[in-house]
Amino acid sequence: MGKVFSSFDEAVADIFDSAVIMVSGFGGTGGTAQNLIVALRDHGALNLTIISNTAGLASLMGFGTLPGHTAVDCGLLIDNDQVGKLIASYPVSPSPSKVNSFESHFREGKIGLELVPQGTLAERIRAGGAGIPAFFTPTGVGTQLAEGKEVREFDGRRHILETALKADFALIKAHKADTLGNLSYKGTSQNFGAVMVRSSGISIVEVDEIVSPGQIESHLINTPALFVDRLVKI
Amino acid sequence: MLDRLPREVIAMRVAKELKDGDVVNLGLGIPSLCSQYVSEGKTILYHSESGVLNYGPMAEQGEEDDDLINASGQFLEPTPGMSFFHSADAFGMIRGGHIDVTVLGALQVSKKGDLSNWMLPSRGIGNVGGAMDLAVGAKRVIVAMEHKGRDGEPKVVSECSFPLTSPTCVSLIVTDIAVISVEQEGLILRETAPGWGLEDVQNETEPELIPAKDLKEIGL
Repeated sequence: MGKVFSSFDEAVADIFDSAVIMVSGFGGTGGTAQNLIVALRDHGALNLTIISNTAGLASLMGFGTLPGHTAVDCGLLIDNDQVGKLIASYPVSPSPSKVNSFESHFREGKIGLELVPQGTLAERIRAGGAGIPAFFTPTGVGTQLAEGKEVREFDGRRHILETALKADFALIKAHKADTLGNLSYKGTSQNFGAVMVRSSGISIVEVDEIVSPGQIESHLINTPALFVDRLVKI
Repeated sequence: MLDRLPREVIAMRVAKELKDGDVVNLGLGIPSLCSQYVSEGKTILYHSESGVLNYGPMAEQGEEDDDLINASGQFLEPTPGMSFFHSADAFGMIRGGHIDVTVLGALQVSKKGDLSNWMLPSRGIGNVGGAMDLAVGAKRVIVAMEHKGRDGEPKVVSECSFPLTSPTCVSLIVTDIAVISVEQEGLILRETAPGWGLEDVQNETEPELIPAKDLKEIGL
């Protein structure tokens, strides 16, 4: 079935203009598919919708990045004018005086934003891969992020309706894969990747190591193979 | 001029609120300092949105691993008994009521315990991050902050004028001059910094404070 691709460029070659793309990572380099992001920058697809926790905190301020390392994250695609819309929980710099490319593009009207609470973002992505089209959540009730959303009371508490998120592609970083597509992650680097891998039409995963089936002990597999479409070794 | 407590002392006072066995999530800024001041003998399980439970100290210089961070992007030391999970589970734990205490920073807290901590209206755009989930999901929300803003404006207000994180979620406010609990009858002033009286704290607070019967100096 051939999930293993020989290059990052080849693995992203069919990403089309206006595609919806999930990009893994919490904000730092851990769990961020830095090589696939560079390949997508080189590939040049335009008007993308990016679903990501941040607009790139590692490249902006070294968030979660090892000292002396230069980080790549989805900020690279925004810098390169490839992104038309961002769906994120943490889109701008924590410091108003330090402006990232998302914020300047946003103020120029070049990029749209759907701001989503982080837990709602994760759950919308999870739902997208689990056959749940929408769900009610208490998060955001009574705030401006609830505006226009259906409200219902359960157990005496108000909840708002949130819809599932799906993508055409996901760019994900895991630690180890076997050739079937089973994945294991290290430490806190599961973050959004282990959820996004389930809700994208084509999931593309870069890994530190690709091994034969059986070389990842079955009880240490975090993502079962059926969620994984393409693998590239770093 | 009365002295204000340093950030570390605010964190020390909050640390007293954490009980043995609590699952605790600490926000950015002053809240992140609290874990340093928990008294020995208490076992606290720290949770972070980055996908880790039971983290301990920060990693030593040279020992950093980018697969091991907390939600502030700080590198963690590997700790026996720590566990990892993805973002949907990290927030299922929060929303599902499995976090006993969260300590958050704030831009404004109202007399009803409404919290605003994610956007300065003057900026017009902000980071919501995990704040709304924590404010709604944690069993107890403690705010740790400076009592006044940078321009001297009160942060404990009658009504929040900044965009809300969540209505009526805060139960305790610990600042550099006071400890205030949010109750049905209003804001109860429980403790004040050394030298500060009810009137001094009231002068920096918009809504009326009700002095506790046993109003006392902040104890650490």
